Amino acid sequence: MYDFTYDKPGSLADAVKLLSDDMDAKALAGGQTFIPVLKQRLNRPSRVVDLAKLGLSGITVSGDKVTIGAMTTHATIASSAEIKAKIPGLQHQASLIGDEAVRHRGTMGGSLANNDPAACYPSAVLALGGTIKTDRRSIPADEFFQGMFTTALEQGEIITSIELPIPEKSAYEKFRNPASRYAIVGVFVAKFPSGVRLAITGAGQGGVFRHTEFEKALSANFSPDAIAGIKTPADGLNSDIHASAEYRAHLVNVVARRAVAKAG
Amino acid sequence: MGFEGIGASVRRREDVRFLSGKGNYTDDINRPGQLYAFIVRADRPHARIDGIDTAEAEKAPGVVRVFTGADMAAENLGGLPCGWQIHNQDGSPMAEPPHPVLAVGKVRHVGDPVAVVIAETRQEAKNAAELIEIRYTDLPAVASLTDAVAAGAPEVHDGVAGNICYDWVIGDKATVDAVFAKADRVVKLELTNNRLIPNAMEPRAAIGDFDTSSGDFTLYTTSQNPHVIRLLMGAFVLHIPENKLRVVAPDVGGGFGSKIYHYAEEAIVTWAAGKVRRPVKWTAERSESFMSDAHGRDHVSTAEMALDKEGHFLGLRITTLANMGAYLSTFAPCVPTYLYATLLAGVYKTPVIYCNVKAVFTNTVPVDAYRGAGRPEATYLLERLVDVIAHDTGIDKVELRRKNFIPADAFPYQTPVALQYDSGDYQTTLKVALANADWNGFEARRAEAKARGKLRGIGISTYLEACGIAPSAVVGSLGARAGLYEVANIRVHPTGSVTVFTGTHSHGQGHETTLAQLVVDQLGVPLSQVEVVHGDTAKIPFGMGTYGSRSLAVGGSAMVKAMDKIIAKGKKIAAHLMEASVQDIEFKDGSFRVAGTDKAKALHEISLAAYVPHNYPIEELEPGLDETAFYDPKNFTFPGGCHIAEVEIDPETGVVEMVNFTAVDDVGRVVNPMIVEGQVQGGVAQGIGQALLESALYDPHGQLLSGSYMDYTMPRANDIPAMSVATENTMCTHNPLGSKGCGEVGAIGSPPAVINAVVDALKDHGVRHLDMPATAPKLWSIIQAAQPRLAAE
Ligand SMILES: Cc1cc2nc3c(=O)[nH]c(=O)nc-3n(C[C@H](O)[C@H](O)[C@H](O)COP(=O)(O)OP(=O)(O)OC[C@H]3O[C@@H](n4cnc5c(N)ncnc54)[C@H](O)[C@@H]3O)c2cc1C
Repeated sequence: MYDFTYDKPGSLADAVKLLSDDMDAKALAGGQTFIPVLKQRLNRPSRVVDLAKLGLSGITVSGDKVTIGAMTTHATIASSAEIKAKIPGLQHQASLIGDEAVRHRGTMGGSLANNDPAACYPSAVLALGGTIKTDRRSIPADEFFQGMFTTALEQGEIITSIELPIPEKSAYEKFRNPASRYAIVGVFVAKFPSGVRLAITGAGQGGVFRHTEFEKALSANFSPDAIAGIKTPADGLNSDIHASAEYRAHLVNVVARRAVAKAG
Repeated sequence: MGFEGIGASVRRREDVRFLSGKGNYTDDINRPGQLYAFIVRADRPHARIDGIDTAEAEKAPGVVRVFTGADMAAENLGGLPCGWQIHNQDGSPMAEPPHPVLAVGKVRHVGDPVAVVIAETRQEAKNAAELIEIRYTDLPAVASLTDAVAAGAPEVHDGVAGNICYDWVIGDKATVDAVFAKADRVVKLELTNNRLIPNAMEPRAAIGDFDTSSGDFTLYTTSQNPHVIRLLMGAFVLHIPENKLRVVAPDVGGGFGSKIYHYAEEAIVTWAAGKVRRPVKWTAERSESFMSDAHGRDHVSTAEMALDKEGHFLGLRITTLANMGAYLSTFAPCVPTYLYATLLAGVYKTPVIYCNVKAVFTNTVPVDAYRGAGRPEATYLLERLVDVIAHDTGIDKVELRRKNFIPADAFPYQTPVALQYDSGDYQTTLKVALANADWNGFEARRAEAKARGKLRGIGISTYLEACGIAPSAVVGSLGARAGLYEVANIRVHPTGSVTVFTGTHSHGQGHETTLAQLVVDQLGVPLSQVEVVHGDTAKIPFGMGTYGSRSLAVGGSAMVKAMDKIIAKGKKIAAHLMEASVQDIEFKDGSFRVAGTDKAKALHEISLAAYVPHNYPIEELEPGLDETAFYDPKNFTFPGGCHIAEVEIDPETGVVEMVNFTAVDDVGRVVNPMIVEGQVQGGVAQGIGQALLESALYDPHGQLLSGSYMDYTMPRANDIPAMSVATENTMCTHNPLGSKGCGEVGAIGSPPAVINAVVDALKDHGVRHLDMPATAPKLWSIIQAAQPRLAAE
């Protein structure tokens, strides 16, 4: 990696200032995406601001929502009894990310800020209709994800926590890329009294997206059969050496049905 | 201490150090004043180098020197040599284009080394490398075999017409054609053997060290055969005599063949160390490994079998294209010839065989031996072909194999493709494997899986392979530019402990345990008093290293011969001490006794007398108890056996799950059953990887698409089922141990068993053959395409 200045501020205000004063400064969370990028010299930040000392990790449940600190690791979420009780789909999803080492370093905030089109959490946050809280505002999930590796975050803006409404039912089903184990197609389904939300990661060229046709059918009848006949067009889906767009389009249906079956 | 000799499942002694992070790998070694090398590699598959500007890089912080191919050429250094020469069918030698250490004139594959920066730190070397300006003119490139042999294809090497390295044959075409003309039936199959990237856990590394007072060079390197590297690099590339060059291969974290070869980086760091008069270290990054370690396999073949009405094999006719990559790696030419075509009889008594192999240059990383080397290609071809014959003729696939097996009483058996098998019993390995896999109960399991919505299939492979390639005179006549014997030095110390110096090299196989067990067995010394030393040309007399499952069969046999000499000398000392005649001395369980008496001397008493020769037959015998043997085997060894795979396919997604795997192998004498089981498991895991997951993909223009673990699928623990591993052994008849080798059987026998199982699972979908790897999207497409037909039925 190239040389950079390293800071580990103790307050959110200091971190925001360091990141806002310098266009080439970047935040560091678990480093599971960022450090490999640095090692490959694909990014040349002037300053790296470590978010580890900002007190941004932890899980709280209050009333009808779960709040997860941005620096909470995948391992913490995967092993949280509260998450398992309230949003079992999210607990299962976290347990499927990477390997033990990745899960003990990687964070939910980092994953969302990165918005990799094959990452897992964006599907949960979008399907649950969560809210991304930052140092300056609250961003609804429907506005946060803006295409692959692109989010609504401004330069220097730090995610502090993620607020997730508790659904009646939830499940995540992941069809893994056999090499990287990221999602070729990942489906998160959440059933609320108001209806069903379902988000798909891995498949779309523009990153995570909601499947409104599935949502409509499932809101009327929450069963795999309800969506069995709904075809997803291959246009706009990713195609690579691991899966063609046609195969992904087919998997979207298979994986969604399995997610619904799992949600019960 | 318990039983520690031949046949004991002694725990691997080396694992304590490996598992506790105390291994001493090349990258763990740091020499005083060490510099770091960073190698600038071609980012394009084929281009003319119009100029290299290193001026800015040379001025960068920390940089000591920058070298290019021109600097090496100016010193008249040699190119990387090829260790095997094949002759064309017209008798002329193969094309052997130059293989410069650093590219000269052109680059020929992505990853081809172009320049090296030597700097105080790795970071500084890397920073400076970005300042090197290389001006290229891109040239058209070819990556695939079929593109490379097409009319008008770009030439990888000027003057190598049609990119053909050699056009080689074995067998008589006219005889075989005549058999085909009269055959009742001919079954034909076209198939590819997918290209693989070895991916040893430890990336390659090398440190060159130059002693300014003595003028001696030392190379620390991740090698399977340090003496071979010393010979190749010293004699052919850098012109350093053996007495001035030491090569150390310390702990090495896996090789699978990819660390046999003499690589550019070894020569670069050694030469550069002499130039800058300081040690120079290079360690591959993983992405460099993908584009610079020799790849494996990559064949395209057409196979035809001539049959009579009952399904007896009458003749086999094969044409194969084998990818050599951009340059000839050290042993590349022998892989698709003497390690492949000579194996095409397999376990069958096919009377006539003809095979034509064309080796082809492409703009890809060089291809060379990878776990199994040629034998997996032969086995895959044969065992797929046999299943396709069963498919086309309707003959039961087990019955078809049985009726064509070489019978157990036919040994020694001369095949039509040069090899003479010494021993084997294919009916027995088959019978035991069928029982262990519950072959007869399979249809019930298929029905049960179907009820769960899964397509279940079973596949069998009855394979044979050849290890311990030898004897030297024969391999020499076939084109090897080296001998293939092995060396052991057994040093019995004054108090009776023993150090073994072996010319083989352990890079994960557990030799420090297995070879020590031979000493326990033959000299009666407890394991705790035996040390095995390998991997250092300054300590070991000589050696050819470890590959081709040769260490026990050849290296172990050399130890037996050396220990025979120890015992013979010990008997003379014992006779003197006990005032008996040498003929009356017997050696058993670590003691020399006078036959028919209770007079005895333990080995440690004899060794003490040998080193403290106060009462010693000094007139006739030199002091000391230290013997060396060079063992040149009389023949290859021929492990074989039967592998059975069971898979389930999810028809909705095409995902294959390995549900059962059964291996019954004949590896000859087993020294450590636990290690044999581990070797078979590891080999099978690699075979499953090849069959289901792994594929080195290039785009048509020569860019490596699967250049990292994001895209190259290695098998993981949960891709591998619990396996049933057993052996049914017949002894090798020509080496003193009876051992045949077990390092590669898993990778050789398993891929066709897995693909046969996948094809079996899809038998209702009209599948006759599919190429490896059987990935989910591939199977899904096949299943999709069959839907209309299945629905109509
Ligand atoms: C081997 C491996 C396998 C993986 N498999 C999966 C998988 O299956 N599924 C999956 O979803 N992911 C996977 N990942 C990615 C992993 O989940 C990462 O942890 C995650 O993408 C990034 O989180 P991080 O905390 O490591 O962030 P970092 O890598 O530290 O940062 C990532 C980016 O986010 C920014 N950032 C970080 N935190 C914040 C914040 N609070 N506010 C604003 N910006 C911030 C950083 O500046 C950087 O640009 C894998 C990673 C590896 C190495």
